[in-house]
Amino acid sequence: MTSPSLESFKSNPLGSETTIEDIYDAFEFLDDWEERYGYIIDLGKSLPEFPESERTEDNYVHGCQSQVWLIHKFDADTNKLYLMIDSDAIIVKGLAAIVLVTLNAKTPQEIIDLDVEAAFEKIDLMRHISPTRGNGLRAMLELIKKAAAENS
Amino acid sequence: MSAMTAQEIQEIALKARADFPILNQDVNGKPLVYLDSAASSQKPQQVIDAMTAYYHSDNANVHRGAHILGDRATAAFEGARDKVKSYLNAPAREQIIWTKGTTEAMNLVAHGLTPQIEAGDEIIVTRMEHHANIVPWQMLAERTGAVIKVWEINEHGELLMDQLDELLNPNTKLLCFTHVSNVLGTINPANEIIAKAKSVNALTVLDGAQATPHFAVDVQDLDCDFYAFSSHKIFGPTGIGVLYGKRDLLEAMPPYQGGGEMIERVSFEGTTYNQLPYKFEAGTPAIGEAVGLGTAIDYIQSLDREALDAHEAALMAHAIKLIETIPGMSMIGTAENKVPVMSFKIEGLHPSDIGMLLDQQGIGIRTGHHCAMPLMEKFGLPGCARASFAFYNTHEEVDQLFAALAKIQRMFA
Repeated sequence: MTSPSLESFKSNPLGSETTIEDIYDAFEFLDDWEERYGYIIDLGKSLPEFPESERTEDNYVHGCQSQVWLIHKFDADTNKLYLMIDSDAIIVKGLAAIVLVTLNAKTPQEIIDLDVEAAFEKIDLMRHISPTRGNGLRAMLELIKKAAAENS
Repeated sequence: MSAMTAQEIQEIALKARADFPILNQDVNGKPLVYLDSAASSQKPQQVIDAMTAYYHSDNANVHRGAHILGDRATAAFEGARDKVKSYLNAPAREQIIWTKGTTEAMNLVAHGLTPQIEAGDEIIVTRMEHHANIVPWQMLAERTGAVIKVWEINEHGELLMDQLDELLNPNTKLLCFTHVSNVLGTINPANEIIAKAKSVNALTVLDGAQATPHFAVDVQDLDCDFYAFSSHKIFGPTGIGVLYGKRDLLEAMPPYQGGGEMIERVSFEGTTYNQLPYKFEAGTPAIGEAVGLGTAIDYIQSLDREALDAHEAALMAHAIKLIETIPGMSMIGTAENKVPVMSFKIEGLHPSDIGMLLDQQGIGIRTGHHCAMPLMEKFGLPGCARASFAFYNTHEEVDQLFAALAKIQRMFA
């Protein structure tokens, strides 16, 4: 199986064009849980399409409540790690989009140094990546950090 | 029953609800609506007080102290065993074994029966079992070369009784089934199933984790060989459960774990084991938890069970009626005879999304595979959402659940 081309990884705007600051700005205008989750749902729906052929056991992130897949590709030329994530649950996809905004298209060292928890804390979504939540986000983050360490 | 009005029933239920302090709180800025009692029930003040009093005044190790606290702790601990014995109508207290819960009880039986099982023997397990009543038997089959036979269900989530006749044969050694399904809520016709198993001399092992919270169980009337349940699902503490077994079977089974308490005499030449029930209770047991479970049983027996059963049935009927208000919603498990458990799916919505957004509205349900993956596979689902009701839930809470579901559907529209 050939993995998606580097170009398709690079075409993902999350983390390159869209930054965590954009997310912070958006959240500032959202008043209640309904609007905030409505925004997360929209983020989830806008997640770039994940290749069907990559939804394999190897790429499966073992969470509990939903199915999550993660693939990554390292570009030695730019020294950046590119990520793609998918889930069958929309909110998990939305939260994955925030993970991508934070960690996609970054250098391995940037990924290792980044405090993702702090970013989630700032928008009051920390509980979703706490170890007590079985939604696979935690495992997702660990896999990304591991991939970064392998390429650093 | 006919004498009681709907209002009288609700008043009895509300009075019982007041015994559960945890229900009276806000989460995420909304009143807590706890609809996950099938995963773990809440505890009445009486249980909390009994456990506090035990640790406050009576705590010591059991069966060994040469002092007053040891005597008190032992009396409380063994008193709890007597309460369980009466609650299940077991013939003798020695047939009540403390375990960590239903899961450990199943593992204990699977371990204990290993010497009696041979290659080619058959073990029947139903499609609707919790993993706790599947995996220990698979492990037993691996150890012995026995074969697992799956007893299937129909689209309503009822066991196919005709298929049982085909499955049962002289090689059938064990029939393991749940009294009530944790996902479907189906109450299985236990007496009939056990009678059929007896016709081929198969032993019966019942998972009572979901039955005991909802109705009284009489192991002598069932005439089952083993019956297990968990304290935390019947308003008692976590960490303790019960295995009931027929005496001759328990006597014949080797100990489960070695250590203190389960021995009669230890020497390096050879060790002899303690008698029932202690043979299966190695190490210091969960004493405070046993006290809590005993109190939970007292509590349940103090309630007007008939009224509360009627209340639970009314909650379920209320919920079923509201399903049609949510387009694309359907219930999984539509057996005629079921406990108030509503597993459901809504077209276009992932159970995980439903669970997260209900949580935002203060409503706690369970989502996922419910430790019953073979059952999910049968219904072609990666998982589902489950709202489970206890007598302390109210009709208003059912309304809140459906209002919240309607809101979620609007958010995804």
